[in-house]
Order: sequence, then C-alpha cells, then structure tokens
Amino acid sequence: MDFFSVLYYRFKKVWKAVRLYLVVAGPGLVVMIADNDAGGITTYAATGAKYGYHLIWFLLLLIPVAYYVQEMTVRLGAVTKRGHAEAIFESFGAFWGWFSLLDLMIVDWLTLVTEFVGMTAALSIFGVPAWLTVIIVVLLMSILVLNGRYWTWEKIALGFCLLNLIYIPAAFMVNPSISDIVGQGLIPNLPGGLTNELFFLLMANIGTTIAPWMLFFQQSSVVDKGLLEKDIKMGKIDTFIGSIITVAIAVFIVIVTGTLLNGAPIDDAATAAKLLMKTNHYVGAFMAVGLFDAGLLGAICISLASSWAFGEIFGWAHSLNTKVKEAPWFYISFFFTLATAGVVPLIPGAPLVLITLFVQVVAVTLLPAALVFLILLLNDKKTMGEYANTRLQNIVSSTIVVAIIILSTMYGVSALFPNLFQ
Amino acid sequence: MRTINQFFSKIREINQRYAKPTVEMSRGVKISLAVLRVYLFLLVLLMIYKFITVIKVV
Repeated sequence: MDFFSVLYYRFKKVWKAVRLYLVVAGPGLVVMIADNDAGGITTYAATGAKYGYHLIWFLLLLIPVAYYVQEMTVRLGAVTKRGHAEAIFESFGAFWGWFSLLDLMIVDWLTLVTEFVGMTAALSIFGVPAWLTVIIVVLLMSILVLNGRYWTWEKIALGFCLLNLIYIPAAFMVNPSISDIVGQGLIPNLPGGLTNELFFLLMANIGTTIAPWMLFFQQSSVVDKGLLEKDIKMGKIDTFIGSIITVAIAVFIVIVTGTLLNGAPIDDAATAAKLLMKTNHYVGAFMAVGLFDAGLLGAICISLASSWAFGEIFGWAHSLNTKVKEAPWFYISFFFTLATAGVVPLIPGAPLVLITLFVQVVAVTLLPAALVFLILLLNDKKTMGEYANTRLQNIVSSTIVVAIIILSTMYGVSALFPNLFQ
Repeated sequence: MRTINQFFSKIREINQRYAKPTVEMSRGVKISLAVLRVYLFLLVLLMIYKFITVIKVV
C-alpha cells in the first residue's frame, strides 16, 4: 500500500470512531457542563476574586474525581438499564430507596430555587424583571422537553452547553499574564496557609463538582438514551471529555475574576458580573449571560433527574421519547417542580440565604449515601458481570469517595456551625 | 379521598415490590450500610441540635 492509501485508511478509521462518539455523546457532556450551575459559577468567581490564580491546580485535580465518580453511573445504567433510584430500591430495599428518593426530591427542589435565583439575578443586569425571567425559563424548558424526543432534547441541551464556553473568550479579553497563571496557578500551593476561609472555599469547589443529582441524572439519561454495554467505552470517553470541559470552564472563570476582581468581595456571580461591567462591559455581559445559561442548564438537568427518579419508582412512563398523553405524570412532576421552584425568588423577603444553606446541608445527607450505594452496586458481580469494578477501580473510587464524604461532611457541618473550624 | 387511598396503596405496592434487597448481603455490604446508618443518625442529631439552638436564640 502506498502512503496515501494508508493515510486514507487511517482517516476512515478515525472518522468512524468520531461518528460513533457523536452518536453516543451526550449524557456525560450535558451532566458535566450542567455541573457548572449558578452555584458553581458563584463558587469559581469567588475563588478567583479571593485567591487569584493560586487555586487553579486544585481545580485541575477535580478532573479525575468527577470522571471516576460519574463513569460508574454510565456502566451501571448501560448494564442494568435502570435509573439510579430504581437500582437503589431494588438492590437495598424500600427503606434506603425512600430515603434516597425523598432526599433527592428535597435537594433537587432547593437547588432548583438557587438556579432561578441565579438566572433572575443574571437577567436583571440587562433590565429584565424577575417575573419575566421565570416565564421565559419555564417556556423555554417546555419547548425543550415537550418535543417528544430524547435526541432533540439532548442536542438542544448541548447547544446550551456550548454557550457555557462563553467564559473562554472572556478570559482572553481580560489579557491575563500567562506566566502568572503558570507560576501561581499550576504549582500546588495554599495561599496564606490553610485558613478557615480557604478550607471552606476548597470544600465548596468539591461540593459543586460532585452533586447527588448528577449521579441520578446521568444514569437515567444513559437509560433513556438507550445506551448498551457496547457503548460503555464511548460513554466513558464522553464523561472524560465532559469532566475536562467542566474544569476548563471553571479555570477560565477563575482567570477572569482573578485578573480583574482580585481582592474584591464577591458573594455571588451576579455581583461579579456587575463589577466586571465597570471594568470591561463585554466581559461583564459575558459573565451575566454565562450565569443565566449555567442556571438554565442546571434547571434542565435537575428537574429531569427528579422526574425520572419518580417515574422509575412509581412505574409511570418516564422517557423524553414519550408524548405528554403517554407519560402525563412524568411531565406533571417536571413542571410542578419547575414552577414551584420558579415562584420562590419572586416572593418578597423569601429566605434565599437559608435555602442556599439548606442545599449544602441536605446534599451532605444524600451524597455519602448515594456514593456508598454506587460503589456497592458496582461491586455486585451478579448484576454487573464483567463490568463490575476491578480492584484498581475500587481502590481509586473508594479513596475518592471517602475523601469526598469527609470533606462534604465538614462542609455541611461548617455550614451549620460557621465558627467550628476557626 | 379516593386519590389519597390510591396513592397509599401505590406506596404499599412499592414497599412490597422492593421488600427484599437483591444485592448479596456480604460482610462488606452489611458493614457499609451499618456505618451509613450511624453516620446519618449522627447528622440528623446534629441538625436537630442546631435547630433547637436557633429556636432558643429566636
């Protein structure tokens, strides 16, 4: 064979793999990018403003953490063809099943409220009243889910994921010093020592990377998409690419606020966007648009995670491939969750700070349980067969899970008792 | 009333369907679930304590 024939053969082989990836891609990318929700954007903006580029190395460490936890849901979903809630009910019985389902419902609803808070704050920067934002979001999400096809929903959701990349041009527009990013950001360091404030921010970054709804969402999404055992390899690649993109977006946000707002007190991303607008109007606008998009993506995934879980347990039809007539309860629960959460930020004097605190605390009760169940399910050789965790996978995932449990517990406890670790 | 009855009968049906865990209850699984119960119990106690102290302050 001549050189060109070999080249053509290799190109066809690579192109075939790319096409196969594009068919399977979706759940991993969507869940990972949606992980950068309104709360996540606030955490990253605060990290950059408080510590400049110094914690970029820590964010990079979160790539394998996010990947190893989420890839287990791909295997579990593809092999069992069951969502996470159903898998817990069936494997561990009704007690643990109800505990997980009710906890998921509470934490999802509270998180959804915080997404609406982020979205209304983001669009208020452009003069859009909060009530109009809520109506726009509910209408947009209705169009998204009522088309009756998982495939269409996923591709539109991926479009919103693409918009999340807006922080990349924003970072280039602020002309950061590359040598400072490399020098300060890539060498592990704890600026000012391990203070209570730094510790809380590190835990917040972990908390925003791994959330309970992500486990439920990705597994149900894998099942709804109809991925099989043969798709696991591509599903894992999808998750890995997603974990890289989600951390990359976080790093670019840190670069933006670390460059322009270093030292400024940032309580939420909307404040960061307003402050950025004073320095560079377009960068501030990008931050606000990104915050709205992040809240929207989070809302799309979180409300679906709850509806899928309820559908699995109550035996309702629960697929985006079904019409409203075929799966009325699935869509009713979806819109009920969405509408009730959307109304909260419109209530004058609503306890939004308390709700944010509750999200952290309730998530801590669900996350360790969900992670322990995940490891146990992946070790059930009777169900998982050759896709059960290997010894190495168990060592890596157990180490990550134990670390997450310890840190998220400390995060939750410090949210309850702010002076405990001082 | 009928809807509430239907709802509770559905809950009972779910409880019956998932009454017996299918996962093999090895020693590792038993220990993990026991530790999880203790962990969650302590966490709930902590939350109740916080709730009571907040109520006292108010």
